Amino acid sequence: MFISTDEIIQTVTMIQQEHLDIRTVTMGVNLLSCVRSDIDATCNAVYDKISSCASRLVEVCRQIEIELGIPIVNKRVSVTPVGLIAPEDPEGCVKLAVTLERAATAVGINFLGGFSALVHKGTTPSERALISSIPDALNATSKVCASVNVATTKAGINMDAVREMGFVIKRASELSASSGGSNCARLVVLCNAPEDNPFMAGAFHGVGEPDCVINVGVSGPGAVKCAIEHVRGENFTVLAETVKKTAFKITRAGQLVAELASSRLGVPAGIVDLSLAPTPAVGDSVARIIEEMGVGRCGAPGTTAALALLNDAVKKGGLMASSHVGGLSGAFIPVSEDEGMIDAVRRGSLCIEKLEAMTCVCSVGLDMIVVPGDTEAHTISAIIADEAAVGMVNSKTTAVRIIPAPGKVVGDTVEFGGLLGSGPVMSVRQYEGSDSSKAFVDRGGRIPAPMQSLKN
Amino acid sequence: MIKGVLTVIGKDRVGIIAALSRILAEANCNILDISQTTMDDIFTMTMLVDVTDVKGGFGPLAETLKKVGDDMGLRVQLCHVDIFNAMHKI
Repeated sequence: MFISTDEIIQTVTMIQQEHLDIRTVTMGVNLLSCVRSDIDATCNAVYDKISSCASRLVEVCRQIEIELGIPIVNKRVSVTPVGLIAPEDPEGCVKLAVTLERAATAVGINFLGGFSALVHKGTTPSERALISSIPDALNATSKVCASVNVATTKAGINMDAVREMGFVIKRASELSASSGGSNCARLVVLCNAPEDNPFMAGAFHGVGEPDCVINVGVSGPGAVKCAIEHVRGENFTVLAETVKKTAFKITRAGQLVAELASSRLGVPAGIVDLSLAPTPAVGDSVARIIEEMGVGRCGAPGTTAALALLNDAVKKGGLMASSHVGGLSGAFIPVSEDEGMIDAVRRGSLCIEKLEAMTCVCSVGLDMIVVPGDTEAHTISAIIADEAAVGMVNSKTTAVRIIPAPGKVVGDTVEFGGLLGSGPVMSVRQYEGSDSSKAFVDRGGRIPAPMQSLKN
Repeated sequence: MIKGVLTVIGKDRVGIIAALSRILAEANCNILDISQTTMDDIFTMTMLVDVTDVKGGFGPLAETLKKVGDDMGLRVQLCHVDIFNAMHKI
């Protein structure tokens, strides 16, 4: 046989026992062609465009799942940042969100991203309306994801938008108080947001993209952990090589799915996102990889170095496996979606400040962090500013997806269900009066772009 | 020709190949190659089959094989060979 039995068994074991899956096939759809003179006509055009482009997305992905024997966990759509086509009133923006929800339901996907505004250098009236409508829009929908890009390395940090997002997140949380503020799980604040990210909640279809495109996000923390179990005690060169080889195989599966989906849907293939995306399932955790490397508890000293090695090896292994790499590409550390991270927070080894350090060396930011309900808007804004600064200075994507859970205190747990998992409420360093960060956040204006922006 | 790989892992017992090859025959699938090992009573078999003209469709056949495997306490999976080529060949 052309392929050895060992290789076949290895693949089957990765899929059946080590949770290897394709995390998402995300179709990007351009909505710039849908702008009409009134909001109802725009909504109709948006609905028609999405439901026609993505009508076969779920069916085609299911067929690929059956043929290749590998689960495609999520089928999703990302759209042009709605801030670019939105009217200048919040009610109109909510109408658009409800239209997106209707289209998402019609085509059978579980999330639709792109209720977004790119305001890193300034905010247009439409984007201002969209941002202020986010709490109501999230509350009127269950599949629509919102994101706001508040900073880039090139433009600096729009601190007016950062300040506003503190209030928006608080309001979104209050409107979903009965479910622990769960609407905030569909809202992310970004720095250096990629235009081709297939992962939620930050996915949107950038203006440099074609009319329609297929992007694929791979996963596989469980497969990586099982692979490095075989090199316990070996040096870092061996460890990195093992991760690279596993990441190569995982990404090749993603590349194959991207090629098949692209040709069957008649839509160009965009990128494969080389990510290690955990789920709340036991055996599918990034934190457990770090612990397997020898850091006894995720969050303990050594965690950042371990994550840096992991992130780098995943990229190096994945790069050759895919024709076009993009999106976020790296290890994800969403607390509530990672069984090992949840455990680390409960055991007290992982805190927000350590997570912030970890975000300097991996692909995302402070992700799916539940904080006490009495965390003030300006404190949330200051956390966003810190994280945006990390992204801006390091020329990388960072994000904040934070959930101030109404009525909850440190020690409580909020259940989100499904892939979003359950989040232990984490402690925030919040100080009163003049000791707080309020005066900093209230300054307004922009933090200038750093030296790193001047590459020309 | 579209090639599929049937993988069977589980405790060895009488009639595994008989049961699965009968289903393949009924579905008009020719067996191209077969490889099996038994170590410590754990039976591992991989079979290369021609799934170009599957009677009743590839999905239902994969489902039937899986179900028969479940009934025999075996992990059985049929999928296209492409996934293995992608992951193991450059």
